[in-house]
Amino acid sequence: MPERIDREQVTKVAKLSRLELSEAEVAEFTGQLSAILDYVEKMNELDTTDIEPLAHCLPLSNVFREDSVKESLGTEKALANAPQRDGPFFKVPKILDESFGA
Amino acid sequence: MDELSARQLREKIVAGEVRSAEAVAKVFERIEKFDPEVGAYISTYRDEAFETAEDVDRRVSAGEAVGVLAGVPVAIKDNMCTTFGATTCASKILENFHSPYNATVVEKLLAADAVIVGKANMDEFAMGSSTENSALKRTVNPWDANRVPGGSSGGPAAAVAGRLCSAALGSDTGGSIRQPAGFCGVVGLKPTYGRVSRFGLVAYGSSLDQIGPITRTVDDCALMLGVIAGHDPSDSTSVDEQTAHVPDYLEKLDQPVGNLKIANVPKFNEGADEQVRAALDEALDVYRQLGAEVLDIEMPHLDYAIAAYYVIATAEASSNLARYDGVHYGHRTERPRDYVEVYSKSRAEAFGKEVKRRIMLGTYALSSGYYDAYYLKALKVRNLIRNDFADAFGECNCIVMPVSPTTAFRLGDKIDDPLQMYLSDVYTIAANLAGIPGISIPCGFDDKGLPIGLQILAPAFGEAELLRIARMFEANTDWHKKAPPLESVDN
Amino acid sequence: MEDLAYKVMVGLEIHVQLCTRTKMFCGCALGFGEDANSRVCPVCLGMPGVLPVMNKEAVEYAVLAALALNCEIAEFTKWDRKSYYYPDLPKNYQISQYDLPLGANGFIEIASGSGQTKRIRITRAHLEEDAGKNLHTAGDFSQVDLNRTGTPLLEIVTEPDMSSAAEVRALAVELQRMVRYLGVSEADMQKGHMRFEPNINLVVTKDGAEYKTPIVEVKNLNSFRALERSVDFEIGRQLGEFAETGETMQMGNKSTRGWDDAKEVTVLQREKEEAHDYRYFPEPDLVPVELKGRWLKDVRAGLCELPLKKQMRFVSEYGLSEYDAGVLTAERSTAEFFDEAVKAGGDAKRVCNVLTQVGLKLANEKDCSIVELGIESEGVAQLCGMVEAGDISASASAQVFEQMAETGKKPDVLARELNLIQKSDAGELEAIVNKVLAENAQAVEDVAGGGKKSKKARGFLLGQVMQKTEGQANPKVVSEILDSKLG
Ligand SMILES: [Mg+2]
Ligand SMILES: [Zn+2]
Repeated sequence: MPERIDREQVTKVAKLSRLELSEAEVAEFTGQLSAILDYVEKMNELDTTDIEPLAHCLPLSNVFREDSVKESLGTEKALANAPQRDGPFFKVPKILDESFGA
Repeated sequence: MDELSARQLREKIVAGEVRSAEAVAKVFERIEKFDPEVGAYISTYRDEAFETAEDVDRRVSAGEAVGVLAGVPVAIKDNMCTTFGATTCASKILENFHSPYNATVVEKLLAADAVIVGKANMDEFAMGSSTENSALKRTVNPWDANRVPGGSSGGPAAAVAGRLCSAALGSDTGGSIRQPAGFCGVVGLKPTYGRVSRFGLVAYGSSLDQIGPITRTVDDCALMLGVIAGHDPSDSTSVDEQTAHVPDYLEKLDQPVGNLKIANVPKFNEGADEQVRAALDEALDVYRQLGAEVLDIEMPHLDYAIAAYYVIATAEASSNLARYDGVHYGHRTERPRDYVEVYSKSRAEAFGKEVKRRIMLGTYALSSGYYDAYYLKALKVRNLIRNDFADAFGECNCIVMPVSPTTAFRLGDKIDDPLQMYLSDVYTIAANLAGIPGISIPCGFDDKGLPIGLQILAPAFGEAELLRIARMFEANTDWHKKAPPLESVDN
Repeated sequence: MEDLAYKVMVGLEIHVQLCTRTKMFCGCALGFGEDANSRVCPVCLGMPGVLPVMNKEAVEYAVLAALALNCEIAEFTKWDRKSYYYPDLPKNYQISQYDLPLGANGFIEIASGSGQTKRIRITRAHLEEDAGKNLHTAGDFSQVDLNRTGTPLLEIVTEPDMSSAAEVRALAVELQRMVRYLGVSEADMQKGHMRFEPNINLVVTKDGAEYKTPIVEVKNLNSFRALERSVDFEIGRQLGEFAETGETMQMGNKSTRGWDDAKEVTVLQREKEEAHDYRYFPEPDLVPVELKGRWLKDVRAGLCELPLKKQMRFVSEYGLSEYDAGVLTAERSTAEFFDEAVKAGGDAKRVCNVLTQVGLKLANEKDCSIVELGIESEGVAQLCGMVEAGDISASASAQVFEQMAETGKKPDVLARELNLIQKSDAGELEAIVNKVLAENAQAVEDVAGGGKKSKKARGFLLGQVMQKTEGQANPKVVSEILDSKLG
């Protein structure tokens, strides 16, 4: 039986997940994820045609806060856990592709 | 004094009969003696603990008011943020992370004058059923050092069972409070989703996670729940008082529930170990003798709970854990070539196998082309499961089932077979999907002397009655009074 | 190059920063230009364990804007997570809205010249949180500032209904005016409060067949001018490229180009639309929003007459020129002040003149709005009435207006104090006229002679009277007396 998910897909998912995997890990995950996905396929035994998806069990809607200012942390506390900083900034290797946005 | 419940200890402290500092000293003595083997704690806070204890003692002797957990030594799972020490989630990626804020439950414990003795071990990011996925510490079952304490709240459960604290807080996403409580022979409650604030609980599966007590008695469980339950404006998913009032869980605790109807799901329980099923049957007999009616029901969709859970929980986890990227806090790889490597290498280096596996699974389930087949399908199955519960609760006060198909398994037994590990959560997961409360209480031992847990599930926000039902059993059995053999070493 | 017939199609993706006091999901104050990473808290830093809580005001602002954009408001709306890794996005997902935006299927009217309007369809309007900023100026690394992280943004997506750079600009200006009228955004483009990303392509007709050029999305536009120029540039560039390569729109050949403000050209940033996989799914940390009932009604009550409608009404109802109506409606408070002054009895054109020629100039000098000058609209109406009645001259009204702002006194009081009341007493003025006529016999003769000379002489006599009264005579009354004397 072919694997539910192949190495190529595992590599793609690893990239999407920002996880650098070794060849051995890719192989291992391919087998394990396939087994798990095979099991998950079990859901297809159920006819869910008219069933609403349930993302949340809560009896709640419209939970808000008032637009009032709370004290911020301040730069020092904000950066206290930073692996690397440059003055008041978080520091990262040069970003060359400005391809993302809101 | 070890056998004082948290509630009794608190009463003695308030009455001036016992000093909190003594109780704390005793706990630290035991931690020093037994925790090197048990491995329940990732970190302990001796100085802070004594400071709090002495403050409580001073206020008691000065006749000042003290909180409902005054002077009681408690442990918290290391996925709840504290401004003292690190909050690690048992992960290398957060090994040195110091939270600038306290989780709401931590604030509530402190406001109740509890003494937080330490932060307990767990599966990394609460992903696991044996605590073997901790990257920082190995925890064993206090009843048998060759066996797992369960997970992911294995540290808190082992600490409570080993009398290394009076009570603890764990978190439960798919059974992570109830299963280790069952494996360690203590009481564990997963409250209704929305009953306890998740603010400051490091998220695993946000729509499933819930903090709850792990204690030695139902009494203590009610006490602890009373402290942590309630609305929190910082958590939009915590339910307000108007929607669901927080009652005094202790008030009617000892009143048995009249006309009690208990549902049993025999077909679903078939997969459980014979001794586990026998213990369940005996527990049902106890209830029958107490006047309860036991009805057999079917819940046709429970068999699909694991499948739905491992899609939903991992999908949410893949997103929740995206923030651990080595940019703003946490582990960063040494010499990244570019900023993308900061992500991919830091995460590869510092996440454990199970965490990677779940991130991968969840990412896949949400990725384009697979969303409908996996994620959306799982949400629909979730609805079917919730409906099963709604139907069942139309006929009964509560549903009983095993906590786990087996008693505590051996260290290393399932660690290389993730699917087998997942399948061990078969009885606990449905409650998380349906958002309902569930409790695990000791109901016997197998022939190896390992504890067996009884799980009772109740309708949403039905904790008060659930605790009363559990208390009925506890008041008529002695299982909860048994302490693990560590005890004999001490004596 | 052959002459090709073509149509331009531009759609806009717009991000408008809402002017709430605090961020979308935490209590950090919004700001501009503060020290880096000073306006952040565990929530907007995406620290472990934090949870978002919706800012009610932000939701209300967004709904108000969506209503003004004639959108259908979703009764049930929710939040979704949009996943992508980027250093200015601390959680590595953005809380946004995916399949159930709060507003959809709306439209905005823009002026299309000579009193006509054009309707641009709005595909959707949704609320989301902004990212922080990555800075690349420090050296061989980048800096990350998260102050902006979590700022509430209204994202508006239009259909590709704009067919020229001028229309794109008109929409941008109109939207700016609109959100300012509603008070939901400061809409300052330089400060990044409004960000426009046009999607541009052409439908070219060649040999009787129509061809669509590949869509180009343009980024880095920091002014209306840049927005307009970039569209014009793209039209020319795409036309040239089509003539050269004949490449047409295909799945996935959408590219992104950045605007170089100095060179006034677009520069290729990304060749092919990368297959983004944002893995949207419902945000489990937030509950749904139900926009209905009393609450929606209360929000709707915040609507006002929108600027373009107001502008057109000023033209049709008050007979103002398009230009004047545009000036008066640029800001809501000025337009409403004008309306009030007219309702208080001021002649519309005269009120317009006073406000545009004196009021706005003064406000500009003081760097405030007209309403902030401290003048009552009734006072302006009264001032205009005095000019109308001839009590003061039009030029004196400017001085009175300025003093009204200075002192807060009423115009009639000021006119008297400043000695600006014109003499209209016919008896008094007749004596002066008689005197002037007696002293200037030659001019009187010239008037009687008729022709060109007559008109000039009559003007001279009027001037003499004004001189003798030191300019305080009402010229209208003097003219009447002169007429009766000279026949
Ligand atoms: Mg957006
Ligand atoms: Zn903040």
